[in-house]
Amino acid sequence: MSLMKEFTKGFWELLPPFRLVLGLCPTLAVTTSAENGLGMGLATAFVLACSNMLISALRKIIPSKVRIAAFIVVVATFVVVVELTMQAYFYALYVKLGIFIPLIVVNCIPLGRAEAFASSNGVLASGADGLGIGLGFAISLFALGTIREIFGAGAFFGAHVMWSSYEPMGFLLKAPGAFVCLGLMLAAINTISARQAKRKLEAARLAAAQA
Amino acid sequence: MSFGDYMLFIVGAVLVNNILLAQFLGNCPFLGVSKRMDTATGMSMAVVFVITLAGACTWLVQYYVLIPFNIEYLQTIFFILVIASLVQLVEIIMQKTVPGLYRALGIYLPLITTNCAVLGVAIINIQKEFDFVQMLVFSFASAVGYGLALCLFAGIRERFALARIPKVFEGTALGLVTAGFMSLAFSGFAGLVGH
Repeated sequence: MSLMKEFTKGFWELLPPFRLVLGLCPTLAVTTSAENGLGMGLATAFVLACSNMLISALRKIIPSKVRIAAFIVVVATFVVVVELTMQAYFYALYVKLGIFIPLIVVNCIPLGRAEAFASSNGVLASGADGLGIGLGFAISLFALGTIREIFGAGAFFGAHVMWSSYEPMGFLLKAPGAFVCLGLMLAAINTISARQAKRKLEAARLAAAQA
Repeated sequence: MSFGDYMLFIVGAVLVNNILLAQFLGNCPFLGVSKRMDTATGMSMAVVFVITLAGACTWLVQYYVLIPFNIEYLQTIFFILVIASLVQLVEIIMQKTVPGLYRALGIYLPLITTNCAVLGVAIINIQKEFDFVQMLVFSFASAVGYGLALCLFAGIRERFALARIPKVFEGTALGLVTAGFMSLAFSGFAGLVGH
């Protein structure tokens, strides 16, 4: 059952980029539409799951002094795999995401998970952790991309969805809009988790009072 | 390119296409180390130094190793290895020769390996097919733009300590919104350089 727990923690407890404030560059840069966000998120999820599993399998062989360099090489290998696959089968998306595909190498999430989880856990658990965190990242990027596309361009996956007199807020699609939108989303998530914590505290107090 | 062209090129890289605020490269350390002015200046110096050096090394690797051997598709792996070993090397050399500067940069040097601005600038240099001098100028100017934005941002963020901020906005959330407004200000420079 613990595999399930490793898998699901990426969706809320450690949801990147909100809980783990890592991997902000692709989050801000490519989420001008829902499609780009989802594509980037899934590419990162693939790299994260594969690199976590391989690093976990090699964790007893890699000397701890050179582990960071070794992790980077493993991550870079899978990034090249993704890069070449996307070039072959999803060329339009590859062109749109541009420089941010090779930059998955220096996205702190794969390295961070390698250091924090995969280097001290089993292969299956690391795979579940990587896949969960990666899918969480994909969902976050998809959500941010959706908000920016709907309000910034009045469209969803390129299809027009807002009413005809709706004036799109072009600001949201530009660089400043990315920062502001992500900041507001982070604040919203903070609000929800603060409320959750308060509810848990009250429940505990109630239980204590009854006892 | 004439001298005037180079000036426009520099202004474009520092202000208009600021790698941090317009192209979103290197945002993690941007939000991480910008809480205090002294750490921000330390990081900026380290970034300027490493980006320029890494730009030169990766350019040489691209044109004298990858292209002659026809292995351009391994660019990502080669570049990140070059950058990682370069950072290590710089660290060792500085420790021996300029211990003062080494202590000032402290933990920021090793952190730079995973700063995506370094790899980003290296890749942009190749994508835009710069020659060696253009590459040097572009790398240096981009890094200066990064440092400028980082220091300005740290100056603003230091003031947050004195302000009453809603609890949910504390830390990164307000940092992001502030960065958004700074980015808005920087996009005002867009008219400076012609099309």
